[in-house]
Formats: sequence, structure tokens, C-alpha cells
Amino acid sequence: MVRPVPVDADVMSANLLKESGPREVFCGLTSIVWLHRRMPDAFFLVVGSRTCAHLIQSAAGVMIFAEPRFGTAILSERDLAGLADAHDELDRVARELLMRRPEIRTLFLVGSCPSEVIKLDLARAAERLNEELQGRVRVVNYSGSGIETTFTQGEDGALAALVPLLPASESRQLLLVGTLADAVEDRLIHLFSKLGIESVRSLPPRQSSELPPVGSGTTVLLTQPFLTETARLLRDRGATVLKAPFPLGAEGSRRWMEAAAADFHCPEASVRAVLDPLEARARIALAPHREVLAGKRIFLLPESQLELPLARFLHRECGMDLVEVGVPYLNREQMAEELALLPDGTTVVEGQHVERQLDRVRAGHPDLVVCGMGLANPLEAEGITTKWSIELVFSPIHGIDQAGDLAELFSRPLHRRQLIHSALHPQASDHPVHA
Amino acid sequence: MELTLWTYEGPPHVGAMRIAASMHGVHYVLHAPQGDTYADLLFTMIERRGQRPPVTYTTFQARDLGGDTAELVKRHVQEAADRFQPDALLVGESCTAELIQDQPGALAQGMGLPMPVVTLELPAYSKKENWGASETFYQLMRGLLKQSVPPQPSHDVQAWKHEGRRPRVNLLGPSLLGFRCRDDVLEVQRLLSLHGIDVGVVAPLGAGVEDILRLPQADLNVCLYPEVAESSCSWLERNFGIPFSKTVPIGMGATHDFLVEVHALLGMTPPEAAEGYQRSRMPWYSESVDSTYLTGKRVFIFGDGTHAIAAARICSEELGFTVVGLGSYSREMARPVRAAAKKLGLEALICDDYLAVEAAMAEAAPELVLGTQMERHSAKRLGIPCAVISTPMHVQDVPARLSPQMGWEGANVIFDAWVHPLMMGLEEHLIGMFRHDFEFVDGHQSHLGHAGGAGAGNNHGTESVRASGCQDEAPSGQLIWTADGEAELKKIPFFVRGKVRRNAESYARTVGCKEISSETLYDAKAHYKA
Repeated sequence: MVRPVPVDADVMSANLLKESGPREVFCGLTSIVWLHRRMPDAFFLVVGSRTCAHLIQSAAGVMIFAEPRFGTAILSERDLAGLADAHDELDRVARELLMRRPEIRTLFLVGSCPSEVIKLDLARAAERLNEELQGRVRVVNYSGSGIETTFTQGEDGALAALVPLLPASESRQLLLVGTLADAVEDRLIHLFSKLGIESVRSLPPRQSSELPPVGSGTTVLLTQPFLTETARLLRDRGATVLKAPFPLGAEGSRRWMEAAAADFHCPEASVRAVLDPLEARARIALAPHREVLAGKRIFLLPESQLELPLARFLHRECGMDLVEVGVPYLNREQMAEELALLPDGTTVVEGQHVERQLDRVRAGHPDLVVCGMGLANPLEAEGITTKWSIELVFSPIHGIDQAGDLAELFSRPLHRRQLIHSALHPQASDHPVHA
Repeated sequence: MELTLWTYEGPPHVGAMRIAASMHGVHYVLHAPQGDTYADLLFTMIERRGQRPPVTYTTFQARDLGGDTAELVKRHVQEAADRFQPDALLVGESCTAELIQDQPGALAQGMGLPMPVVTLELPAYSKKENWGASETFYQLMRGLLKQSVPPQPSHDVQAWKHEGRRPRVNLLGPSLLGFRCRDDVLEVQRLLSLHGIDVGVVAPLGAGVEDILRLPQADLNVCLYPEVAESSCSWLERNFGIPFSKTVPIGMGATHDFLVEVHALLGMTPPEAAEGYQRSRMPWYSESVDSTYLTGKRVFIFGDGTHAIAAARICSEELGFTVVGLGSYSREMARPVRAAAKKLGLEALICDDYLAVEAAMAEAAPELVLGTQMERHSAKRLGIPCAVISTPMHVQDVPARLSPQMGWEGANVIFDAWVHPLMMGLEEHLIGMFRHDFEFVDGHQSHLGHAGGAGAGNNHGTESVRASGCQDEAPSGQLIWTADGEAELKKIPFFVRGKVRRNAESYARTVGCKEISSETLYDAKAHYKA
């Protein structure tokens, strides 16, 4: 039931298809796993069920924390019976929590499938708590529910909830939007300053209480491809959102930085002087991985929304052939630059029917499959090499200096198979016992 | 509404998945939104399974809610039935679907499918994972067997005698994501076969629909894990008259009792009392002089009901430990856990808040913790050695080697697993004692991280233990520790130091003494030992 999608002829040459059915993807709550690490003074309180609590702890391996900065207010039968009570109960839980964690400056109330279905109004709850707390803690809300959001979309919701709180400023600045590893962020800020862009801020910031300003002097570079709503709200606040490929791989990162440089009118020659050596170095770092990956066939299952930029990187910089590129959902405007860089006729499938997609995986005999944790071992057991996609949202992969590391994430499973496969699956013995 | 930072058990539909995934030929259609598929990774990553759990998620979205979600359910049921052609279909809902009340089970029942369809109603807002597993196993078995229930149960448990065959028992309860179930089954099978008893069906682990249909052919059911199988065993007893054994064979004493119970029920001569001593190394290891130092070790136990109760018995009767805390997160098992605690002069902790468990652990000041992976982390923070005895499952709890908890070999495994962390506890103490010797200059990395012994001149270890071990303690008020009091305290092994400090302070307060010197410490010691 894969349906072709009508395409504006001038935009892209990829073969865009749509599919629906049973899915194997995380919901938006999962974003909390990296968001809470980015902002150590924020707490994420999911208003949901035991399933939500179990999901986050299973995805995050939370036991290493003495007390994590995320939790679930688990709805009970009583809360379902009366919404008025549920609001009182939520206030009580939030108060208890804030008393216990006085260091928390921002409390995110995160909606879930059950809270959305019973129409528990978290915006009203946030308003009420804000009044009560009088600025000591800021309370915001967004939905990470699976009926509305997919995996990384949760970050879009959280950041979109922060946009109205950003102070207004007309000053000229570059705003990087999307969670980056701290070390990657530092490096990028350093590189932008070498290009001549001195004022660089980030959303989310490292402290939730230090929100960057926004206004007509703000130029936004999205670091992640899943921030549609946040980008729209920033535009509404007067910011210019640049169009560029996403900063994955040497080429994408370079074009991404060049987009900012052009917007800030950095002299072209000096931009080249900064970026050329970086790109040359990235090519050297990529070379050994390209050797492993070139000519190999890859199939990306939908999960993180990073699939299109990754496919572009793996094809153009690592020489891989793209069997199929799955995406949970496709925002064609935001992805236009990426789609334009894919080879003609690339099969891009939006949505999922996991069984049929796995049929296509088996039929297509790819060398490597990018997929979620629920599918990786079962595919490996069928003899298909995999790379789990969740690692891609936890590892520092952004920027020109990480291109080699990013490629390594894909070459490692192939390299590993090559190292151990023949010993673990002996055919005929090369070592006759009675030689 | 309850604030939960971490939970010991998943929702009840995860329990249902455990049953479906344990069996073959059973498929589960789960009416659930996108995201609930996370539960697949429990099987594929934590248990390292090479197969996806046999579950089809209807994956409804917000935009479906306005329309016909019932149609969506039927489509997925039909697709699952066509594609997987299971021998039996389970149909149920997760927490969100429960709210929209599509009755997926009734819908599937009305579709005229060729295989039996079992409806699961697992209230997600009041019940948890183990209950869901138990209920699913029960409903599936009942659904498949209800037609063959005799009007009057007439079961002859000793039928094997005149049928000229060996007695035959079913092993009920082992499942995926259960603690060491895979290895326990092998060990119990071996144990029974040594006594001429055959195993008919093992279920749910590895069973198919045809095996469930064979359940009534056994002489006796063995309830290995009451959390999962007790309700099913009771149903088989009520309807088919098949009795079941209730002793869980974990530990020397319990394994012996189990054999006696099974033999008695089957009308066989009970086994030699000395069998355990001959078959297991555990009793001799525990008697050997090397183990003398285990005497009276303070142990804090927390886990599921079955394993916590078993651990309490082993610790107090077979290893000579002193149990200073016993608890469980299984509310369904609260009664037997309370009884076991009472026998040891304790009040059981029935609780699913891991922070309260950690606080109780700190308060009890044990020298060893037997708990879940969460207690392992709590114990690590408190600087106390720990062994894991119970689910929730962690990838480390599925070792490659054979590692049962049950039977004679299980007792060996338990001896090693519980005593080794303590040896290391002693080792930590020695490292602490010798930390000023030049050999330790480079600093020896402790397996307890920075909480244990460390190299010369590095006092971080002891400090952090103090800081975390005493966090719940009342402010010392006017009490002053003299230099020689502090020095004496430092000589005490780090893992009991917090307790000694607290005892000394509360003793000083009781007798109205403002300074704590080494003498006060000895006074307090005498006071509390008396």
C-alpha cells in the first residue's frame, strides 16, 4: 500500500512515497532523555501512565541516576474519574516535586497519550502553577504524546514551548536551535567566531534560566531537522530562519556554516580560508570509513528524522547506495535542501508499515540497516548487519570535525562483522586435524 | 496521581507481552498508540532475543480518534491473523486504548477468525506487569481449556502407578524477562529426572498452544513462580482436580522441601535427606572455616516476592547471616513476604518507591544488599556490596553461562554470587587499612568506584561514603566528636561506619553526653550489643 506522492516538479527528484500501518518508532517523550541533560536546572514531569514511566526509563537506562530530573505523575483511576481532582492532584505532585528539588528553575509539564485523550489541560495547569510560584520556577507545557509526536518531535514541542518566553532583542546574533553536545557547541561557536560571527547563542541553552533573546536581528540555523514548529514560532518573533542542509558530514556542515556566513556578509575569501582546511581534514578522517562503506547498500528505517541528512551524507561522502530511506514524517519545505542533494530516484518512504518495510529489507539484501532497538537484534539474527539509530541522537555527530566519527558509527558494524563472522560461523575447516 | 521517578514493574500489557513472547504460535494484537513499541526492546535488547516479540501494535494517532478506531483495530487484527497465522490470538489494549473503549477483544471475537481469540482486560491504571503476566497466562489457558473441563474433577494423582509409566509434572510460571527462568527450567528438569519424574509441559516459556491443551495430562503441576502461575495452577486444581506444589526450590532447604512435597503429592517415597549435601557444594562451602567470617553479616533483602522470601531463608538458615531488612515491590506477594519478615523479627517493607527502599537500606546499615538492579545502584552510592536476586531485568541478568537459582546447582550459583561481593567487601576493608602503605601509592581502583578504598592520601572514598550514608540522619545538634573519637571511628570498616556513627550519637544524646570520644564509642558499642 505504498502510495506515490504528487511532487512539485522543480523541487526534487527523489521518489516520494507514503505508507501507513503498524509502526515501530518511539513517541515524543523519548526526547526528554537528552533534553534533561542539556538543561540541568530543568525538570520534565510527564503527566501520564505507568507505560510512559516505563518507556522513559527503558529508553534512558535511568538507574545510574540517584534521582533523575524527569519523572512521571502517574494517573490513577481516581484521576480519570474526575478532571477537577486531577488538576488538584497535579498541583500537589508539582509542589512536592519542587519542594524536593529546590534547584529546579524550569518545570516542563509534558503531555502524554492518556493526558491528551482525557483532555487534561496542561496549559491551564502551567498557568495556575506559574501564578502560585510567582517566578521562582517557570512552568511550561508541551505534548510528547505518541498520538501526536514521533521521537525527536518531542524536542520540537519543548523548544516551541520556550519560544514565547525568550526576551526580545533586535541585536544582531546567530541562534543555533536544537540540542547539541556541549563540546560540539563550543567548537561551532569557536568556528563561527573565526568566520567573524561573534554573537552566537543556543536554544536550548545550557541553563533553562538563561534563555537567549530573539528578534529581527536574529538569524536562526537549525542544528536538527525536526524543529518545524519551533522554527515557525521563531519566524513569528521576527527571526530569519536560514535554509541549508543540516550540519551532518563535512559537506552538510560546510554548507550550513556558509549559509550563516553569507547572511552575516562574511568575506568569501576568509570563509574559504577557515573552512577549506577543515574540509580537507574531514576528508582525511572520512577516507578509511569510505573504504569500508563505498558501494555498500544501506536501508534506513524511519525513527529520528535524521534519516534524510544521513542518507545524503552516506551517499555523497561515503559512497553508499541508498536502497530505501524511511522517515516518520516529511516536512518537504524544511527538507528541500536535503532532498535536492539525494541522487535521482532515491526511494523516500514517509510513515511506516513495519511488516511490509521489513519484507522490503529482506528482499533488498542491504549490507547495512539503520533501525530502532526493537528491530536491531532480530535483523542481526537473520544475518543482516544493523546500526541502531538511537545512538545517532546521543552521540556528538554534528559539525565538520565530527564527520569521521559519524562515518565510523556506520563502518563499525560492518567492520565488526568482517572481524568475527567467519570464526563464529565456521564453514569447512581450513585446518585439517591429520594434516 | 503518584510521582514516579523509576518503577520496578511495567504496565500490565508488558506482562501480557512476556507471555506471548515466551510461547510459540501465539500472537498479540495490542491496541496502542505509536511509542508503546518501546516494549519490544525489553526483549530484543535486554534479553538479547533474536526475534521480535509477536506483537502487532494498532498504532493509532490523534487524527484517528475522531474517526473509526474500531475499523483500525479490525484491520490490524485481520492483517496479523493473515500474516502470522497464529494458533491463538491474544487481543488487548494498552493504557491509552483503555480510555477510548473500542473493546478490541469483542471486535476480534466477532470477526470469525479461524484461530481461538482470547480477550485480555488488563486495567492499566490500577495493575502492573506481573499481574498482567499472570492474568494473561490464566486467560489464555482458560480460553484454550474451558471446553475440556470435566463436569466433576476426577483426577488421580497416582495414576502413573497403575498406568505403568513414570510420574509426569508440568512446570508452570517460567517466562521471558523473569529472573534466570531459562536456567531454572533446565535445573528443575534435571532435578526431577534424577528422581524418575518426567516433565510434561513447561509453560509459558517455550510452550505452544498444543502444549497448553496437554496440561491436564500431567499428574501434578509445579508452580515455579507464583507471581505468574499461581492463579493458573489454582484454576487447574479447581477444574481438573490437579494439585500443585507450592514450594519454590531456591536454596538448600527449599529444594529439599520441594522434593519432599512433590514426592508426597505423587505418592512416592521421599528422597534421602542427605541428597543436597551430596549434590551441591553449597552446604560444605558454607560450613568450611573460610566462611566463618560470614557469621552474622547484616543483609538487606529487597526484590520480587518469590526471590526475596527465598533469599531471607537462605541468608538466615544456610549462610548464617543476620537479615536486617526484608521487602518486596510485589503487592500481590505482600502477605507471604510479611510472614517471612515476621519470622525474622522484622517488619516487611512493601513498597515500589526506590528512594524509600534506599532510605530503609541506609537506615538498616547492612553489610550486604540482595536486591534488584536498582538496589545495586543504591548500594553502590552507599558503598555497600550488593548481589542482584530479582527482576526488573537488566542485560547483566541474562548471563551467557548457565546460572540457575533453583535446585542444587542454583544453591551453588547463589553461594558464589552472594558471597563474592562480601569477600570484596573484606578486600575493600583491607585496602582501606593498608592505604598508607607504599604499595598502594598508585591507587587501587575499587569495584565500588570512588566509594570504596582508594590510594594513599586519597580520602575521597571515606568522605563520600559518610556523606551519602548519613544523609537521612538528624543534625548532630550540640554533639562534638573529639579527635580521638573520629580516629577510632575511622578504624571501623567503611560499610558499617555510618551505623556506628549514628549509634554513638544517639547513645550520647540518651545519656546526655556532649562529646564523643573513643570511650563514648566503646560505651555505645556495649550499650547496643547488650
